[in-house]
Amino acid sequence: MSVDTTPSTGTAPLLSVKGLVKEFHVKASRGVGRKKRVVQAVSGVSFHVARGETLGLVGESGSGKTTVGRCVLRLLEPTAGEVFFDGVDLAELSFEDLRIVRRRMQIVFQDPYASLDPKMTVGASIAEPLVVQGIEGDHQEKVVSLLELVGLSADHARRFPHEFSGGQRQRIGVARALALDPALIILDEPVSALDVSIQAGVVNLFDDLQRRLGMSYVFIAHDLSVVRHIADRVAVMYLGKIMEIGPAEQVYERPTHPYTKALLSAVPLPNPRIERTRHRIMLEGDVPSPVNPPSGCRFRTRCWKATEMCAMQEPELVVRSDGQFSACHHPETH
Amino acid sequence: MASPVLQIRDLKVTFSTPLGPLVAVRGIDLDVSAGEMTAVVGESGSGKSVSFLAAMGLLPKSATVEGSVVLDGQQLVGASAKVMRSIRGRLMSMIFQDPLSALNPVHRIGAQISEMLRAHQHMTEKAARSRAVELLEIVGIPQPGDRALQYPHEFSGGMRQRVVIAMAIANSPKVLIADEPTTALDVTVQAQILEVIQKVQAQFGTAVVLITHDLGVVARVCERVNVMYAGRVVERSGIHDVFDRPTHPYTRGLLASLPHAGADRLVPIVGFPPNMLKPPSGCAFRTRCLHAVDACGHGIPELQPIGESMTACVRAKEVGVST
Repeated sequence: MSVDTTPSTGTAPLLSVKGLVKEFHVKASRGVGRKKRVVQAVSGVSFHVARGETLGLVGESGSGKTTVGRCVLRLLEPTAGEVFFDGVDLAELSFEDLRIVRRRMQIVFQDPYASLDPKMTVGASIAEPLVVQGIEGDHQEKVVSLLELVGLSADHARRFPHEFSGGQRQRIGVARALALDPALIILDEPVSALDVSIQAGVVNLFDDLQRRLGMSYVFIAHDLSVVRHIADRVAVMYLGKIMEIGPAEQVYERPTHPYTKALLSAVPLPNPRIERTRHRIMLEGDVPSPVNPPSGCRFRTRCWKATEMCAMQEPELVVRSDGQFSACHHPETH
Repeated sequence: MASPVLQIRDLKVTFSTPLGPLVAVRGIDLDVSAGEMTAVVGESGSGKSVSFLAAMGLLPKSATVEGSVVLDGQQLVGASAKVMRSIRGRLMSMIFQDPLSALNPVHRIGAQISEMLRAHQHMTEKAARSRAVELLEIVGIPQPGDRALQYPHEFSGGMRQRVVIAMAIANSPKVLIADEPTTALDVTVQAQILEVIQKVQAQFGTAVVLITHDLGVVARVCERVNVMYAGRVVERSGIHDVFDRPTHPYTRGLLASLPHAGADRLVPIVGFPPNMLKPPSGCAFRTRCLHAVDACGHGIPELQPIGESMTACVRAKEVGVST
């Protein structure tokens, strides 16, 4: 059932996710008898990330993009599906083996305030992954080189998180993620909490680090402009499914899924002339509840092209042009 | 330009903190005209929200407000709590980022809107209820009659923000202050809410102040822009001037740091915003400014005309207007 959406580069991808499903059980908040209900946050998601590549994962709230990131790292246990990292099926690994593989997969969270221990020096926080993984020795030298790598200085190691600004704290989080020389970093809304003037510097840092160290990123964000800047390929999610995936420039310039088109047209651009003249597709209503998703195509309730077929039959991801796939019965043509 | 309905002059807001006085707003002048959508943009801590919370009389006791805020001929700084109560919701309303915190969870939506109406107008319960349904319809809530009988938790985020807008405009205020009204919403819903605000403004001739950090939103809906930095307005321009010919180095830096198609690298502003407990002398932006000279440390620059814009930079003329 899963379609191969990898560009045919020949080499095996670093990360390969197949048919990923994640269900959460929730208690109904009202009524007698309190029936347990199931929310499918991710419903059969497949994608690949090549070595040194950045995959952008975009979508509105409830699209499942964050859950995908956590399932990849097995911070959440997937309900079904497979996650292959460097050819190894993570589900097959024992807890101990998983810990070793995890050295090479790291995550940076949105909130740089919440992800650092306020009572630990910055140096100790950065060295913690090395200690946890049982790597011997005095880590001071490594800490200093990591701080310098992210644009901070050696004497910052002795200071505490509260002495830093938001942008600097995010850099500390990145330094910690780099401590174990990962091959993959999941960046979960890494610049969303930062002011734009600061955000630009952190985005540049991600670019520079990738150029120097060659790791892959999964960049999860709701800000489509940032994703366009940083991602090689982009996956657009809606209610737990990938609606469209492909090379970023192609998806942004020639979206084939109506949802992608509507999403892009809703993003306000900092240019009054464009903003006041361009055609905007105004979607009605909100994203439906994932507890009770629409039958067939999940986007059909807000789609201006929806027909009876969309309610009956769920569209599969179909190739539209070189490396670009979308799941729609009535794709946009260019 | 029409005469301003809201006139702010030399507004200063000081918070007393355990570490000493923190001057969050350091003397701003701002005019808001009827039927106009004015943007106040700036990053966190620039004083954009605090300025208007001060105007609304919504700051805690730890804040000292000085200067002048004149709404429709009435001085609001120093006005009694009773006077402010009669003004808020009638002449000037404010909506916030999080609509849920503005709604009472245990009352029906329709009742909350009619309460707002009856607080300021002589209306029967019945008339208020039917006006509430009309207001829900104006802000684009489907089946407003049924929805009026529901509770806030039964509404989605976007629908809640519509309800809050309906409450805010219930008494046809002269000024609507919208503080990051779409920041918590998804982008497709944001587009809907911006449309509602534009519609309401056109229909009621309300002066709207849009407080935001999102320059894209500003580009879409505003006519005039005030750029704030460290408690001061550093640039005031028409919408096209601010994007085409930004005059203050901070405005230019802000625009340059935005990701745009085709840019290989982003250009951040160096350093970070000043600690407002001890802001730098002179121009607060000089510690991050590429054009700063010794003169920038002496005296806080005042807004001066440069082309069609007003800008608070002593070097604006020399540094030139960029495109």
